[in-house]
Amino acid sequence: MQNKKEDGTKENIERNFGMPNPESYRKGIRFMKQAEKFKRPVITFIDTKGAYPGIGAEERGQGEAIAKSMFEMARLKVPIIAIVVGEGSSGGALAIGVANKVFMLENAIYSILSPEGYSTILWKDSSKYKEAAEKMKLTAKDLYDLKVIDKIIKEPNVDEEEGFKKVAESIKKEIINTINELNKLDTEQIVENRYEKFRNMGEYKEV
Amino acid sequence: MIVDKIKKREVTNVKNKKSKVDIPIGKWVKCEGCKEIIYKEKIRDNLNICPNCGHYFRMHIGKRIELVIDNGTYERFEFNIETTNPLDLEDYPRKLKTLREKTGLEEAVSCGTGSINGEKVVICIMDSGFLMGSMGIVVGEKITYAIEQAIKLKLPLIIFCVSGGARMQEGIISLMQMAKVSAALTKLDEAGLLYISVLTDPTYGGVTASFASLGDIILAEPKAMIGFAGPRVIEQTIKQELPVGFQTAEFLLEHGFIDKIVERKDMKDMLYKLIQYHK
Repeated sequence: MQNKKEDGTKENIERNFGMPNPESYRKGIRFMKQAEKFKRPVITFIDTKGAYPGIGAEERGQGEAIAKSMFEMARLKVPIIAIVVGEGSSGGALAIGVANKVFMLENAIYSILSPEGYSTILWKDSSKYKEAAEKMKLTAKDLYDLKVIDKIIKEPNVDEEEGFKKVAESIKKEIINTINELNKLDTEQIVENRYEKFRNMGEYKEV
Repeated sequence: MIVDKIKKREVTNVKNKKSKVDIPIGKWVKCEGCKEIIYKEKIRDNLNICPNCGHYFRMHIGKRIELVIDNGTYERFEFNIETTNPLDLEDYPRKLKTLREKTGLEEAVSCGTGSINGEKVVICIMDSGFLMGSMGIVVGEKITYAIEQAIKLKLPLIIFCVSGGARMQEGIISLMQMAKVSAALTKLDEAGLLYISVLTDPTYGGVTASFASLGDIILAEPKAMIGFAGPRVIEQTIKQELPVGFQTAEFLLEHGFIDKIVERKDMKDMLYKLIQYHK
């Protein structure tokens, strides 16, 4: 189990300022399928401003890559855990976020778009990002209340190094516990459990 | 999602922005393709295509149904829902109400069953006249419901896409609709049912990055603008002008992301043929 934890897809947060190109998602799909073949759970760490908006990215099908990644995750036969560790913005983040359990660090954010982009689109003014951030409901607590995430991982208020250690330990503990829990389900239940979670995303009222 | 404000490369100084959303009120309209002033009725009678230069005007749901569905066979699903306004935006519910009254549409998509030359299908048609066809909880839920109906009724599914992407006003909940619809499509896939996605001008953001790109067969209308990131966002990011023809249907065809560009007059027959092949 300890070993298994290490396997899985990881977004390379260094490259391209954390804005993946389509290849990143395709590589992700490849490794998720490999994990499925060898019956390993998949852990994804989300920290991105979004998928890269560039000419090459469009030529190589950024939208298709994201769509396929979500599609394949939705039917993957092994448990998936997604953890938002920094910024989770837009489809570029959700592309690796279709998991059985979604966790978030206490101070991470997860949103439809960066607050700057959001205020540009809604009010045609990127300087209103603070106001946008307040309205967008993008904190871990907001998302827990909206039932988008399953758990908030606390970040203790201590010095950086010690804090990092503690958070890493908490993440490790959560991953192990969750995998143990999800391993009790059979293949069909694992897929169904994930499906139900996303099927019920968002409340509506009948009229 | 990243999006909107789709600006055609070839066209500059489009003063009458309203003309981008179907044909505006008034008897005459300026075509964005050839800049000619054209009598509106002439365009209406010509499948919303400029009789002078062949420029495609956008199409509302009703007109689209007329184009591809046998007369009188469209039955809208009795599934009437409203958003819960997850971000508690003050003016959003009022904006929706005004739009519903103004456009006569309930939302940015209409879903139901209908026949194409006698072949029964489940069809979803989006409309750019309603908040740029953006996907919030209602659009996501309705399309998911339509997918489930297609599975239940064992019918092929057709989605006409036109959208700026995920709806900003509903924040993260809009984003989650991408995963919801994509997940529902895995069930349709398992059921072995045909899904044809038709991309029309414009298809962007969270719609491109979900169901629009997941068709077994992906068709597009000529010169439709299709992409993930909006051209303005890309220009701002890379600080360069974009090449002519970038993100058009023809560009996507060249890069292998769509299977065929189909003219409006041929759309119904093409859909019929594809359904026949997959029976």
